Amino acid sequence: MIQGKGTAVFAGIAIGKAFLFSHSAGELPVFCGDVQKELQAFDSARETARQQLQLLFEKTKQELGEEQAMILDVQCMMLDDLDYIEAVQQQIQQGRSAAAAADAVGTVFSQQFADMDDDYMRARSVDVRDMAKRLTAILSGTNAELEITEPVVLLADDLSPSETVQLPKDNILAFVTCQGSTNSHTAILARMMSIPSLVQAQIPLNSTVQGKTIIVDGFEGCYYLDPDPDTLAKMQEKQKTAQQKQQLLEQYRGKPTISKSGKKVKLFANIGSPDDVAYVLKGDAEGVGLMRSEFLYLGREDFPTEQELFEAYRSVVEQLDGKELVIRTLDIGADKKVDYFGLEPEENPALGYRGIRICLKQPEIFRPQMRAIYRASAYGPVSAMFPMIASVQEVLAVKEFCKTIREELTAEAIPFGEVALGVMIETPAAAVISRELAKEVDFFSVGTNDLTQYTLAVDRQNEKLAEFCDTHHPAVLALLKMIVENAHAEGIWAGICGELGADTTLTEEFLKMGYDELSMSPAKVLEVRRIICESEE
Amino acid sequence: MKTIQYTIQDPMGIHARPAGLLAKEAGKYACNISVAVEDGTPVDAKRIMGVMRLAAKQGMQLNMTFDGADEEVAAAEFEEFLKENL
Repeated sequence: MIQGKGTAVFAGIAIGKAFLFSHSAGELPVFCGDVQKELQAFDSARETARQQLQLLFEKTKQELGEEQAMILDVQCMMLDDLDYIEAVQQQIQQGRSAAAAADAVGTVFSQQFADMDDDYMRARSVDVRDMAKRLTAILSGTNAELEITEPVVLLADDLSPSETVQLPKDNILAFVTCQGSTNSHTAILARMMSIPSLVQAQIPLNSTVQGKTIIVDGFEGCYYLDPDPDTLAKMQEKQKTAQQKQQLLEQYRGKPTISKSGKKVKLFANIGSPDDVAYVLKGDAEGVGLMRSEFLYLGREDFPTEQELFEAYRSVVEQLDGKELVIRTLDIGADKKVDYFGLEPEENPALGYRGIRICLKQPEIFRPQMRAIYRASAYGPVSAMFPMIASVQEVLAVKEFCKTIREELTAEAIPFGEVALGVMIETPAAAVISRELAKEVDFFSVGTNDLTQYTLAVDRQNEKLAEFCDTHHPAVLALLKMIVENAHAEGIWAGICGELGADTTLTEEFLKMGYDELSMSPAKVLEVRRIICESEE
Repeated sequence: MKTIQYTIQDPMGIHARPAGLLAKEAGKYACNISVAVEDGTPVDAKRIMGVMRLAAKQGMQLNMTFDGADEEVAAAEFEEFLKENL
């Protein structure tokens, strides 16, 4: 039995066969002895790769949108790069197999990109490697597309976006990756799919693990490879208990969220993209309390157009079929950087040029988004909320901006609905002046992650400070109480959309404070509903 | 031999896709086409990875050289191409 640790991204137990997702599966074929044959094999592999990439391009475009798909288009262009082709041909002429040459040259080229000074170009080294690995796989006779026919625990060093999109999601019990952060593509996917997964795992990835039984414990952040009978029995028991608990929660599906004393709370979900609505419905959330709109700006090379944004928002509205949707406007900056925004490096990004500050200073970025939000509101209920607000003036400026947008759309005869305008309360300043802010907006949503880090002056990215980051600090709870009281005093509703929203040890406290809405990862909804329904508050 | 200069307007500079488009466009002509950023080493404009490695940014000057039978046409059409795409 091998035992190891990792960072858990979703609580739960998975037990299954390990499937090693290897970018270069096993030994590469050796030189066949005929240069011409190897050269021909290389050419036909490029053709096969092109067809695969084109299919994948179409699939990705449908599932994730054109911007995500562009990565694949670039890889297609790289297949035709003469530098690459000639270097491979040269190696073949020196007596290497096409597979070995395609792989070796790919490694050299991707390293050249990895060594560049430019962040954006450095990130392209993954694309070069992706393209070369595809060729190598074709030439080795191992298909680059995954062939998973039974439920497995997927092990990988790391998964590229192009790999993530082609995973057969129905057959994956858990992910275990050596790289990746809790914000990586894989981690976000795991949380949405509600499968226990580990990133940053210390696990040996070699062919001996293939097919072995592996247990992933997403409660403790550890795994057991080839477990002994005792461990297996213990973990099966733990899995059963977790499943029974989940089973018990099923009786709360479709039930209204009302406490015993009759307090009603809206239980909403946090999402990032139109695809996530499926999980909202599966988790039985009553609406979407936070759509993190910046995901539509990530993983691409240029700003999304108004039409792209509009189509994404409309797709969410239509899928929600009458349920409420709160879209948070762009919260780029700080820990979420995008190259094409051309943001300068900052000493203190968390206190820097981000959120509403960018939108107010660069209306050319803000306008397409607000227009798209208003246009989507013609198809169902949509609210907008603005991040990083610290003053009444900012709110007035945003409202004025929205008024201009409405006038533009009216003048152009483009239909739009009523869009309630709210603010995120995530700076201590906003919490302190919440009574004044409440006079200007339709609702509040508290972003507890930032509110905590700003109130306690603790950087939440810094692991050394974990012990100082007391999310239940009395100062934070006092602000939370004050915010909801001020909201109600001015007749507007208040919700919580940060991580505390799903913190079941505080659910009753929030109920007592009077919060009207809690927004969380869709998989947590039933558990929180149970607590509220059982509460005497 | 023909040469043209162009200052990059695109806020993103020559990122992956424009590099691909540039290489594709260059591939349409028979003449040799090279591209350099300011006084840096020229690369073959018909090769996407080389063009990407220039890591050319907004405000930088591109120097393109055309050498061969169709250099006149190529240079003239590239002027248009650069204006439209970069």
